[in-house]
Amino acid sequence: MKKLLQTCLLLLMPLGVFASGGMELDSADIDLTDKASLENGAHLYVQYCLGCHSIKYIRYLNLADDFEVDQQEILDKVAPKGAGIYNKMLTAMNGHDAKKWFSIQPPDLSLIARSRGADWLYSYLKGFYIDPKRPLGVNNAIFPDVGMPNPLWKLQGRQKAVYKKIDGQEVITELVLEEPGTMSAEEFDKSVNDIVNFLVYAGEPTQLERRSMGKYVLFFILIFGVLAYLLKKEYWKDVH
Amino acid sequence: MKNRHLENCGAWFLERFPMAKLWNEHMAQYYAPKNFNFWYFFGSLALLVLVNQFVTGILLTMNYKPDASLAFDSVEYIMREVPWGWLVRYMHSTGASAFFIVVYLHMFRGLIYGSYKQPRELIWMFGMLIFLALMAEAFMGYLLPWGQMSYWGAQVIISLFSAIPVIGDDLSLWVRGDYVISDATLNRFFAFHVIAIPLILIMLVFLHIIALHEVGSNNPDGIEIKESKDPWGHPVDGIPFHPYYTVKDIVGVAVFLFFFATVLFYMPEMGGYFLEHANFIPADPLATPEHIAPVWYFTPFYAILRAIPDKFAGVIAMGGAIVVLFLLPWLDRSPVRSIRYRGGIYKKAILLFVISFIGLGYLGMQAPTAGATMMARVFTAIYFGFFLLMPIYTRWEKTKPLPKRVNEQPSIEDRIPGIKNTFSAMTHDVVENKNGHTVTHKRPDASGIAHVLINLVKKFKGSLD
Repeated sequence: MKKLLQTCLLLLMPLGVFASGGMELDSADIDLTDKASLENGAHLYVQYCLGCHSIKYIRYLNLADDFEVDQQEILDKVAPKGAGIYNKMLTAMNGHDAKKWFSIQPPDLSLIARSRGADWLYSYLKGFYIDPKRPLGVNNAIFPDVGMPNPLWKLQGRQKAVYKKIDGQEVITELVLEEPGTMSAEEFDKSVNDIVNFLVYAGEPTQLERRSMGKYVLFFILIFGVLAYLLKKEYWKDVH
Repeated sequence: MKNRHLENCGAWFLERFPMAKLWNEHMAQYYAPKNFNFWYFFGSLALLVLVNQFVTGILLTMNYKPDASLAFDSVEYIMREVPWGWLVRYMHSTGASAFFIVVYLHMFRGLIYGSYKQPRELIWMFGMLIFLALMAEAFMGYLLPWGQMSYWGAQVIISLFSAIPVIGDDLSLWVRGDYVISDATLNRFFAFHVIAIPLILIMLVFLHIIALHEVGSNNPDGIEIKESKDPWGHPVDGIPFHPYYTVKDIVGVAVFLFFFATVLFYMPEMGGYFLEHANFIPADPLATPEHIAPVWYFTPFYAILRAIPDKFAGVIAMGGAIVVLFLLPWLDRSPVRSIRYRGGIYKKAILLFVISFIGLGYLGMQAPTAGATMMARVFTAIYFGFFLLMPIYTRWEKTKPLPKRVNEQPSIEDRIPGIKNTFSAMTHDVVENKNGHTVTHKRPDASGIAHVLINLVKKFKGSLD
């Protein structure tokens, strides 16, 4: 829907000139019915993201309920050691320290998928490259000068940016792997996709319920509409 | 025995309350023209959405916290933990946009059929006041989720007051209750959003309907049905509102609900137009979003504000864009009401007005560039030109003679053969022989489609004369 609207708006633009912004967004493959992907995403999130970023609106119990698995499985496979099933997904990092280390408190990511979109997150997590000018040695092609290191570098390896000069400006055209990580490119893409899938779930846990309910409501309204139309026709027979 | 008691009870009540009189005057014996078309659904739909906003709003206040430190979390609590909370919240947020869609279409109906003209000026005035109250209601309600766009949108709009000379700064301080948007602002906006403005709205809706029922409804032909009456004193072209229009409006309700539910269940954010993406980030007074845009229903007026180079003049223009709507009944000098009997100039003026209004709405969502600002200025000029030049072009245009009685309207069933013909003109049959069976396929026909489109444009052009 969003893409459709964007296309429509682009068509409406009167001879607009579009500057190419370098990298285009990769599209994430979001499937909230894939519970294994969601659980793996939650597992990876706890391993690599929860160190800094909370998801304060989700409790581990929610994961067990929504992924349809045992509470014990969530405690064993997903939750960090020592977390209880009723605990919220909170980071252990102290906000005061965070500010000292990164000059900003890492944001809560409960709603990040709703404000940024799945494709953006997917491209962002894959968009880190080596940049010695940055304090942490890495930069991001999607979010330039981001104050965050690449948490997944061990899995992904290190990437190098390929530049091209467009209108006198250096623009990144692609990122190439310089030093491989522990995962192959396909495995890594799948893992990032699982994390994004989990974040989309976390942004609105009720969305599956919402969509599955929609068809029944629409069907009811349709039947109601047909009956209402027949009633109207019956009453209006004598209006000439 | 029991029955008699009940009857007595009813009689006791009816002796003291004019139930039957009210019912007859406003429903069973309120005669409405029989030729209402598609455009006449939006009045009853506006009432439906108003009820929806009231009911869901009451449910939301049961869990919402009007406190700067709790508001954002409480909305997410409603979305996740409160049973059916997500449904109620989406009904309210989708309802807000639906309200403006319905009201804009309702106002457009008034515009094309001259429903604001004598003797219905007061209905239009009450309607405009409803529109004004609705804008205040929507603006204040938008602050309550306390997201980034809530916060900065309110900041931008309230700072407009400070453009007023001399009293401006004190006035905006008084409205906010603080030097920036803060907890104090949130609390007073909550009070206005849930008590003050809804009360005003409901009173205005009451006045709007009472005023309408005093003079009677206009119709697509723009003639008075009261002028030809049958021997019993009822208008020959009128039918009692109940049951005829109550059953008809229920069909409209079903169609509306179908679209409403589609948005609600499958795309509640409507691609960032109904719920803006930046509003999923909690309000942060220290971080201004890259691009601040109001929700879509305010963008035409926002674009007018930005089109004017001077801030104060921009505020005046934005206010003027709404004030000029109040003056519409006196700006229009045409002897006929409906667009059906008006001259070509008025039809072309309406077309230009619609294009400029939608254009302004689009530009109001975009970041301002030199080209966009230029376009917005042209559209602003057309917007004001449409109203301010109206006394001139409506007085001199050649109108068509009015009929004595309302015109027969083709029903949906009557239109089916025409639709079938158009469909067959746009397709051609392909006969294929598959496994010994002859199969006929309908395939789109390029020249046929072109022909239909050319005819459509010709017809449209002809209708503008």
